[in-house]
Amino acid sequence: MSRLGKITRRTLLVGAVAVAGGAAFGIYQIRRPVTNPLRPEAGTTLNPYVIIDRQGISIIAPRAEMGQGIHTTLAALVAEELDADFDAIRVLHGPPAAAYYNAALAHGALPVADYAMRDWQRRLTEGIGAATKLLGLQVTGGSTSTVDAFDRMRHAGAGAREALKAVAAERLGVDVGQLRTEKGRVIAPDGTEIDYRGLAEEAATRPVPQAELRPQSEWKLLGRSLPRVDIRAKATGEAQFSTDIVLEGMKFATVRICPHLGGGMDGFDPAPALAVPGVEQVLDLGNGVAVVARNTYAAMRGAEAVDVSWSASPLPATTEAMYDRIAEAFDARPNSRMRNDGRPDDQSAQLEVEYRVPFLAHSTMEPMGATALLADGHLTLWVGNQAPREHKKVAAEAAGLDEDKVTLHTVFLGGGFGRRVETDITRQAARIAAKLPGTPIRLTWSREEDMRHDFYRPAAIARMRGAVAEGRATLFDAKIAAPSVTRAAIGRLAGREMGGPDKGHVEGAFDQPYAIPHYRVAGHLADLDVPIGFWRAVGNSFNGFFHESFIDELAHAAGRDPLAFRLDHVAPESPVAAGVLETVRDLSRWDETLPEDRARGVAMTWSFGTPTAVVIELAREGRAIRIDRAFMACDPGLVLDHAIVRAQMESGLIYGLSAAVMGEITFTEGRADQGNFPEYDALRMHSAPKIEVAILQDNPHMGGVGEPGTPPSMPALANALFSLTGERIRSLPLHHHAEFVV
Amino acid sequence: MRTLTVNGTDYQTDAPPDTPLLWVLRDELGLTGTKYGCGIAACGACTVHVDGEAVRSCQVPLADLWGEVTTIEGLAPDSRLAPLQEAWLRHQVAQCGFCQSGQIMQAADLLASNPAPSDEDIDAAMGGNLCRCGTYSAIRAAIHDAARAIGEGGAG
Repeated sequence: MSRLGKITRRTLLVGAVAVAGGAAFGIYQIRRPVTNPLRPEAGTTLNPYVIIDRQGISIIAPRAEMGQGIHTTLAALVAEELDADFDAIRVLHGPPAAAYYNAALAHGALPVADYAMRDWQRRLTEGIGAATKLLGLQVTGGSTSTVDAFDRMRHAGAGAREALKAVAAERLGVDVGQLRTEKGRVIAPDGTEIDYRGLAEEAATRPVPQAELRPQSEWKLLGRSLPRVDIRAKATGEAQFSTDIVLEGMKFATVRICPHLGGGMDGFDPAPALAVPGVEQVLDLGNGVAVVARNTYAAMRGAEAVDVSWSASPLPATTEAMYDRIAEAFDARPNSRMRNDGRPDDQSAQLEVEYRVPFLAHSTMEPMGATALLADGHLTLWVGNQAPREHKKVAAEAAGLDEDKVTLHTVFLGGGFGRRVETDITRQAARIAAKLPGTPIRLTWSREEDMRHDFYRPAAIARMRGAVAEGRATLFDAKIAAPSVTRAAIGRLAGREMGGPDKGHVEGAFDQPYAIPHYRVAGHLADLDVPIGFWRAVGNSFNGFFHESFIDELAHAAGRDPLAFRLDHVAPESPVAAGVLETVRDLSRWDETLPEDRARGVAMTWSFGTPTAVVIELAREGRAIRIDRAFMACDPGLVLDHAIVRAQMESGLIYGLSAAVMGEITFTEGRADQGNFPEYDALRMHSAPKIEVAILQDNPHMGGVGEPGTPPSMPALANALFSLTGERIRSLPLHHHAEFVV
Repeated sequence: MRTLTVNGTDYQTDAPPDTPLLWVLRDELGLTGTKYGCGIAACGACTVHVDGEAVRSCQVPLADLWGEVTTIEGLAPDSRLAPLQEAWLRHQVAQCGFCQSGQIMQAADLLASNPAPSDEDIDAAMGGNLCRCGTYSAIRAAIHDAARAIGEGGAG
């Protein structure tokens, strides 16, 4: 039997079991149900996604709410089938539990471009999805949350509904088929109504019935723009983030860790800190100190006052030396050649250019923080995070406790963007709390600590060769060098080395839907130990810039309109991707000539399953350049909530444009030169463009929306700048080359 | 011991006099709706009102406090919503939400002095309030909407 046949058979077997389990409970591990992690103090749990108690219905969201609106969409998935009153439900963060695995993360594991994925390959990812379930990866990331939950959480709602109806049928002595459900009640043909709250306890003792999912035509919640469940608390100040938990007898802490990354601490004198009014203790954390005080201000002043002698960083002493180290990766064999079409080596290049992009900080609006209390041998933490099981494990290690002696509450994240997968803050909070048993600790990082101890988006260099003939691209040959985020971040997360070709390193370059006869993308992994991690769109965040800037160069070399040139190459590969280009062309009135002091640029990146095209329109304003307007078209396939998708597209765009204009972390002796917003700013009200977004639903497969707006924003801006000034900028940030209105 | 008035309530605190109002509110009084983002008046997350005027509470030492403080918790009496908060809900403004207390308090200051702001007025007033989620277009729409609602004698 062929290899393909074997894989397919095995895949279908695994997939079928998982789907059968999903239909029953939505929580089966292969062959065996996983333990339902919910143990409500009062009320009844029907499965890990629904609790019904006297107050009403709570939906348990397995993913973190970091602004992307996921709690609303996940709740709607359950409520759609459960017939819950959406205005009355509560949504809670799920606890750390294997039941909340993210199966959709596996989608990115196959070495195949999403747009070109065959049906058997999609089934294979479902099989790998079952494996991630066994690993129990409960991660909010990769723009996967909705895709992952789409069937499972509807099944949870449907199963719970049918269980409630079954109890009602017995109690009323009628056939279950005669009952209907509405707004949290079962309704009998004679008009008798029973509230779910009166049925839940009995329903939870029974096996959950199989239930078919409702067709889209019957949806009442999904497909609408729903009021966000977190929106009121975020307009009143009631929303609780990591450092908003108020506990009796609380003390306030901050840390000061060696800023020379990879370096340590030779010694410290706490006396100057202890002289600061309000400072109570200075704790040795090995590579830095924690200061505990009566309030956070005293702790921060104390931390600055500690007399510390740091040991040196092993990193190259300058940013330029870091780029040299990255460039050395070109001399070694590539880690991957995930696109390798035609015979690029036999083609002579008309264009040979180099691009580079800098390290970037996440710069979440909320600096890292956590609240922790060790009492009676049990550690309780409150921390906004993107990977609760990892955070819990790390907290237990740091406090020297078994995991069953740790409770971790996920609270709202003041921005995530990939930063809060990382467990450093939780480790510190657990260590400090363990040193001060009985005392609740609120740990808040200063902005400077946050910016200087990030897991950065890596710097990257691309070397491109290209050629055109008769208005078409004939050669696109890219080599991309950067330290590997996959190896660094997955290594930390999974605790093991990731071998083999690194897809994340070349995503956004190798997997784009262009028909070019000689088309190659090689990935070179650099040996540079700057802490790096997932930054919104990950590899796409730099490869999108490289790929779409160079496509633009090829278009101009061919004497073609850059949008029409793209369409010619994209349409044969993917009608879906061509659709977003055509839509953004029409939305931006691309074919109408602009006055001389204005210019447009276009880019399109297919990332996280969603092709997204952006047109940026620039306007001269005196000596400066204003990013005046932005037009976006995306196709994530089936859209569950238009307003949330639109908000995510705008958010991703502004995040990307901010980085493209002014985002840059540089290092001196391993210490980030930027510490606060004046040195690492972002677009603001007056400098952000007016944005129009078109959302298409022609994509046959659901894609993500949290990240895909970011990658095309940066090249669209650089391409617009070229159109306005005639200068091709091949390195970011752009403010080194042009003056923007900021 | 010093007395300060926050949202109409008098509080006593023995916090050191150089403690910025931000940390008095958050850590000493337990009013956590006001947020820390930068500590240097560069992001606006800590914006509150002192005698009705928007200030960066990270830059006001307790000893220099000159008037009554209003925070996001006190923008509307009881558990009602201020017109700006109503508009914030209508326009579904917040994403992560961390900057939004500051945004709303800054916008309230703008509308108090300029009941019908233009886009340029909004740009000028709101430029100091950073939002890393990029909710600016929704903020702008909500401010215009709140201005109309207040002008029509709406939600008060």
